[in-house]
Amino acid sequence: MRGRVEEIADRWVRLQVQQAALSGGTSESELREEADTLVAALVTGLDSALPIDRVATSHAELNRAVTDLSLNRARGGESPTATAMAVLALKEALLEAVQESTQDSGELFSAALLINRLLDGAGALSFDTYVEGREEIIRRQSRQLLELSTPVVRLWRQVLGVPLIGTLDTARTQVVMENLLQAIQDQEATVAIIDITGVPTVDTAVAQHLMQTVNAVRLMGADCIISGIRPPIAQTIAQLGIDLSTIMTRATLSDALSEAIKLTAGPLPTPDAPASR
Amino acid sequence: MTQLANTSTTSHAARTDTDAAAEPGTTRVVLTTEEDLLTVRHAVRAATLAVGFGIVDQTRVVTAASELARNAYIHGGGGVLTIDCPRRHGGKGLRLTIRDEGPGIPDVDAALVDGFTTGAGLGHGLGGARRLMDEFEVRTVPGGGTTVVATRWVPR
Repeated sequence: MRGRVEEIADRWVRLQVQQAALSGGTSESELREEADTLVAALVTGLDSALPIDRVATSHAELNRAVTDLSLNRARGGESPTATAMAVLALKEALLEAVQESTQDSGELFSAALLINRLLDGAGALSFDTYVEGREEIIRRQSRQLLELSTPVVRLWRQVLGVPLIGTLDTARTQVVMENLLQAIQDQEATVAIIDITGVPTVDTAVAQHLMQTVNAVRLMGADCIISGIRPPIAQTIAQLGIDLSTIMTRATLSDALSEAIKLTAGPLPTPDAPASR
Repeated sequence: MTQLANTSTTSHAARTDTDAAAEPGTTRVVLTTEEDLLTVRHAVRAATLAVGFGIVDQTRVVTAASELARNAYIHGGGGVLTIDCPRRHGGKGLRLTIRDEGPGIPDVDAALVDGFTTGAGLGHGLGGARRLMDEFEVRTVPGGGTTVVATRWVPR
């Protein structure tokens, strides 16, 4: 088998290209590179003294080759089936090579068994790694989402708006609060409007997080208005028994904005008096 | 089952409707992380839509489920929510069963009073959830976990 490394790699690439005709994805040169590394690792793996069904997981070089391949596929958006089939196609390539090198059926059978056990181990490892790769992507995306989903926008002079979308859990509240308090300081805002039109469910935990945020905003000397309280949400909050009467609330963002403009305009002598700066 | 037979005789259209709604009726959500609360809300919202609740009732049931699931997660160390669609006198409903293996609630009546809390919450969760639902039952054994069964009927 050692002398036929090239041939096996070729055959494997060819089989994968045939499969890829159905799914599309990794380019042929990449496949070739992967195949060379993996088949080489396979040969050294077989030379090692490890038991055959543990070669794929325990042999460092082969493990890395299989892991890299699976991670690449996962990141590249290949389906789990395509990834598993790619690894299992090597089984076919190996079997063909063995079939050509021997006619003895006993030898053929034991070689086939060996290849099966070896590649099944590799297949399982590949699947594990694939899932792990995908999970890593999901974790990264949820972290990105956390950052993206909490913008603080300037709506008017000294008026900031925070349009909340989705749910408000502890982690999110922390991010919203930090961003908002920082923006209040940076932009010398006196009113912050938190709009919850995009929050589908307001339960006691969400209400508690909102109250915490309002309290923190007040500690900085700014007023806080909560807007976007839809009729079903209003009914639900009332029935839950949550008391939001100490917090200024408005049905829509525009109501809240006009209230905020009144609040910021209030202390000024007259609207058209020259600003004293 | 007799109720089911009754509905089928009263209106064929209503029966197929409830049959369709019986599909998500077997939904089960396992609660082990805070993210699972999101899954709970989504599953319950989908179920309320399938049963045919109006927008206010949808919000009420989803909020109650959120409260109960959070209780099970925080105080019970996680649990399992089962959503099903019971029927009574031809009416449809949605039943939430939340079971946890936590320490149980020593005094249920006290826990249902607004403002009662052992954690850092507002203390409106359990009592609030009871007000949001039509039927509400807490079964708890000290040291043996808690099961809350809450049902809301579609107004006719």
